[in-house]
Amino acid sequence: MSELEASFSLLKDQNVLIYVGRGVLFTLIISVIAVLLSILFGTVLAILRNYCNTGVGKIFRAIATFYIELFRNTPLLLWIFICVVFCPTPAFFSQKMFGLTSVESKLLWKAAVALVLFESSIIAEIIRGGLNSVAQGQFEAAYSQGFGTVKTFLLIILPQAFRSVVPTLLGQVISTIKDSSYLANVATIELMSRVKTILAVANRYTGQGNIHTSDVFVLFGLAAAIYFVINFTLSCIVRSMQGRRKRAARRDHAFA
Amino acid sequence: MSGFFSIRAWDKVWTYRETFLLGLWNTVKTSLFAILLAILLGIVFGLMATSGKKVLKAIARVYIEVIQNTPILLQCCFLYYALAFSGHSIGIIATGVVALGVYTGAYMAEVFRSGIEAIPKGQFEAAQSQGFKYVEKMYYIILPQTLKIILPPAVNQVVNLIKNTSCLYIIGGADLISLTYSFVTGENTGGSYAPGYIVSGLFFFLICYPLSKFAGSWEAYLKKKDRRIVAVKEA
Repeated sequence: MSELEASFSLLKDQNVLIYVGRGVLFTLIISVIAVLLSILFGTVLAILRNYCNTGVGKIFRAIATFYIELFRNTPLLLWIFICVVFCPTPAFFSQKMFGLTSVESKLLWKAAVALVLFESSIIAEIIRGGLNSVAQGQFEAAYSQGFGTVKTFLLIILPQAFRSVVPTLLGQVISTIKDSSYLANVATIELMSRVKTILAVANRYTGQGNIHTSDVFVLFGLAAAIYFVINFTLSCIVRSMQGRRKRAARRDHAFA
Repeated sequence: MSGFFSIRAWDKVWTYRETFLLGLWNTVKTSLFAILLAILLGIVFGLMATSGKKVLKAIARVYIEVIQNTPILLQCCFLYYALAFSGHSIGIIATGVVALGVYTGAYMAEVFRSGIEAIPKGQFEAAQSQGFKYVEKMYYIILPQTLKIILPPAVNQVVNLIKNTSCLYIIGGADLISLTYSFVTGENTGGSYAPGYIVSGLFFFLICYPLSKFAGSWEAYLKKKDRRIVAVKEA
């Protein structure tokens, strides 16, 4: 039993806890920023793919379609590796910050770019689903009231489209948090990689000669618990939202 | 940065084509076995979730929630290191098959559950009234009808599984992405980044794109049929 006790002593070590805690913070920050940027980029892609049907616009539509299909059908890890090699780094990210070395913050930037590129293809398809659910009459009504194309989209179409995909987008946040663990392959920034790093030197903290199976269980169990708490909370929110919407839809249907 | 059109770099990829083919084979092999495991787990836990028995339902719920809310990478690492440090290592590909199968199985279970719940209650009652036992009822009456509905989401999960084989990299993998990476960074083979990544990306695209295209068009077909049925009913 002393092995297990030694493993649990890892969780009492202040340095370990701070290190892991920072990892959790980075995971959350990276995921939230990635989703927000992906929503921006994904909206543009979705609009291009859905509504550029005439003349020169067809080229943009083809580009958007190609982009979405390409990224949806290749693994995230491939894009992380590609970005690590090819993505240029702005000067801002090639310095020490947030307690990371300059090499790490460069990698953080590159991997985050890969995550945004990858997620935006998925979010584009989600938003396209929302756009498709907006009735055609909304466009005609907006045009007849003298709205231009840009205003029609910003004020009439997009708000309705977003409203209908909020639960799905929140669900995508869960996926993004899980996907961000792929960053562990190139940099020791977020939760997953930090747990793995600690495991490699666990014997130094436990005072035992070797790394034991119990260390694996304690450390990965801790990471799993953290991921689970974050994601389960989110998925409960998603489910209650969907339930509310379904009930509302049924009520509307009954009245109509 | 090595150029896209550098003939030397492309030549290197061609010389080492065996590496890519081996990676592709490993990825395909891992995916196939993992898909089988995932479907099996999906059916078992899907049936448990719709069985109406509280205990079985709770077990299925816990499995689905725990697996769906933690990253595949974590599960893969956990399994690999737990086995390795306790001296029962089963090899990278076998670990990958189990981890991917269990992970995708949780999604498949949800797919099967929603598919079974979509079958009208009358079908269950009719089967029961004709004296079908539980297994017969499911095998002959319910699952065949479910299959058609769940095809699109199930195929999408298969695509995700194939992409997720890249999780093998963290445990020292032998899959396509890992071998590509060790090819482009290797001492003797290194440097031809662009061609290497293009080739391995192309392999993934060629496998996954037809699958997701199929899932998409089948879903559109089902929706159209649904609309027709509703239209006929209303007419």
